[in-house]
Amino acid sequence: MVNQHSIPLYQALLQAYEERFSGSRASEPDAIHKLRQNAFHTFQELGFPTTKVEDWKYTNVIPFLRENYTLSTTPQATATELEQAHQAAAIPGMDCYTLVLHNGQLQPAVDTNQLPAFLKVISIEEAMQEPSFQKHFGKIVDAGKHHFAALNTAMFTGGLFLEIDANSHLDKPLHIIHTYSSADNLFTQPRNLFVVNRSASLSIIESVVAPGNGATVFVNGLTEVAVAENANVQHYTLQTANEQLRNLHHTEVSQKRDSVYSGYTFSLPSAQLLRNNLHINLDDEHTETHLYGLYLANSKQLVDNHTFMNHRFANCESNEVYKGVLLDNAVGVFNGKVYVHQDAQKTNAFQQNNNLLLSPKAVINSKPQLEIFADDVKCSHGTTIGQLSQEAMFYLQSRGIGEDAARAMLVTAFAFDVTENIRIPALEEHINKLITQHIPAKQELVNV
Amino acid sequence: MMLSIKNLHAEVEDKKILKGINLDIKPGEVHAIMGPNGSGKSTLSAVLAGRENYTVTEGEVLFEDKDLLDMAPEIRAREGLFLAFQYPVEIPGVSNINFLRTALNEIREYKGLPPMEAKEFLRLTKEKQKLVEFDAKLINRSLNEGFSGGEKKRNEILQLAMLDPKLSILDETDSGLDIDALRIVSGGVNKLRNEHNSFVIITHYQRLLEYIVPDFVHVLYDGRIVKSGTKELALELEERGYDWLKESYPATETVH
Ligand SMILES: Nc1ncnc2c1ncn2[C@@H]1O[C@H](COP(=O)(O)OP(=O)(O)OP(=O)(O)O)[C@@H](O)[C@H]1O
Ligand SMILES: [Mg+2]
Repeated sequence: MVNQHSIPLYQALLQAYEERFSGSRASEPDAIHKLRQNAFHTFQELGFPTTKVEDWKYTNVIPFLRENYTLSTTPQATATELEQAHQAAAIPGMDCYTLVLHNGQLQPAVDTNQLPAFLKVISIEEAMQEPSFQKHFGKIVDAGKHHFAALNTAMFTGGLFLEIDANSHLDKPLHIIHTYSSADNLFTQPRNLFVVNRSASLSIIESVVAPGNGATVFVNGLTEVAVAENANVQHYTLQTANEQLRNLHHTEVSQKRDSVYSGYTFSLPSAQLLRNNLHINLDDEHTETHLYGLYLANSKQLVDNHTFMNHRFANCESNEVYKGVLLDNAVGVFNGKVYVHQDAQKTNAFQQNNNLLLSPKAVINSKPQLEIFADDVKCSHGTTIGQLSQEAMFYLQSRGIGEDAARAMLVTAFAFDVTENIRIPALEEHINKLITQHIPAKQELVNV
Repeated sequence: MMLSIKNLHAEVEDKKILKGINLDIKPGEVHAIMGPNGSGKSTLSAVLAGRENYTVTEGEVLFEDKDLLDMAPEIRAREGLFLAFQYPVEIPGVSNINFLRTALNEIREYKGLPPMEAKEFLRLTKEKQKLVEFDAKLINRSLNEGFSGGEKKRNEILQLAMLDPKLSILDETDSGLDIDALRIVSGGVNKLRNEHNSFVIITHYQRLLEYIVPDFVHVLYDGRIVKSGTKELALELEERGYDWLKESYPATETVH
């Protein structure tokens, strides 16, 4: 049993809550104050999860939490930090709108592209009087159920509010760069709300970077996404942060009738800890959901993807493909839960998780979880764990392709089921390049 | 000499399969290798191409006077050796065209040549595609994935035509081909054939050898070449089978 009080961060959080959030705050509506209070009580009851908690069985966060962290950050990034962020997150050849959040704080626009009037992008603090904020904030995620979601709800600072008007279509992807850097160890909890109104459509690319080599940054982030009737969202997350980052992110989506949500999660080296919770609530009939994931982990990375497809209504379709490539001493976790409620007849739910182990010391824990309470459904899932095919390697080599190039080709090919579904060509090319970059030469594979 | 095999012994998983092969191939020559199932024909081609799990226990192979067995598979290919596989591998997610471009450019780099210009590459691909009547739609698909047997074999010959090797080994490229496909494949090989390059044609059927006329025919039996002759030998084998040869060369004990 872990004594929560033995974790300095836990103490620091209790104290900070008392100082900053326990009384009502002039800047925040009462509803938010109540939400924070309730969530804080939940967190006090739950504490940080140990590996005894089923959802955290393979991911021990406690050691990551034991470092000393400060809880406050400077609101504005330096010019150098911004430049590093742009460099680290650059996607060559991509035409897009760009925003930067530094340690969760929205930075003044440096981008020359003017955002169209139908798209509102403001900090979460500024958004609290917005009708859409009040309608959705804290209502999509159930903070009572999740340790870190409760903590985030109680004590979030910073983050982004984004809203696109009904019937609007964003002509270019919106690239949101989340950059983290700090001179002292930092624990930060940004909170985002994306509202996609009726029949609107857009593509969002969120890059998570931690350039440079500063102190440890632990992020406990949460994003709620409201997808209204007939809206269409492509939501990409690309995590390429350096080693000093530990990133827990909870994304909770609510989909209304006839909407389409496509979530893409790409986790690449070398953040020490990545935990992505992606929960999709199908809150009406006739929705379509695609979840694509690719994790390529090396060194001692721990990359954990937990997805939850919550089929609550009839006639909905979900399709999920996660692929993992594990190198060195990396540990991967995939937990994909599909829950089909009794009323969710005519559900089509498909899930697949394939893993490639390129090192004898790499580990994957894959656990599909189907819970089906309706009788007229089509559901399937599959998990594979394998190595590169020697036959395929030989075939490529026998045509003059060097061993290292052949290996990179096969890994890229393995990822193809995921990457071929990227709808932005520059992004697809970028991801394929990143994959190739991280496939080590034979020498390095052998010397692990 | 293009290829010189001397007393080659090889085994796989401690099973002796090649038991002393001797074969010399000069530039411009076409050699056919025939022999019953399991006699070691594919093993010989795999050993020549450098497949990892086959261990050479004795003998040597010189490819243009260089020690072939010392080279990694990709180096053998870059030096000009090509194996058309009996069973080409399907590789989902690797596009045929990218594969061809990568292979061609790796070989060019080895020879000190710059990567081929995109335009020139397309022209060459089109030309060779016509030569083997390879369906243009297949060129952008994943490598061999879902190809019919005949399409896979034609793809092997397309690769052969693109990479322009010095020595090509065709392992049962004719098996399972209908007569049209056979005509196309052998027509392609005949057009690629010249006084500088050589072919080893592994086949069970004399039919192919009417299209690609060999200079020599060898019979491989129980890991050894037990008879060599000219193209008439193929006819004789077709009529008489292999039993008359088996009788004069009793199988050696296989050690397990
Ligand atoms: N990887 C392997 N492991 C075990 N035995 C093998 C392996 N590869 C080949 N063999 C055995 O070696 C022998 C020769 O096989 P090979 O494929 O070379 O024959 P072949 O002459 O090409 O036959 P075919 O005409 O049927 O193609 C066979 O007995 C086969 O079972
Ligand atoms: Mg064979």
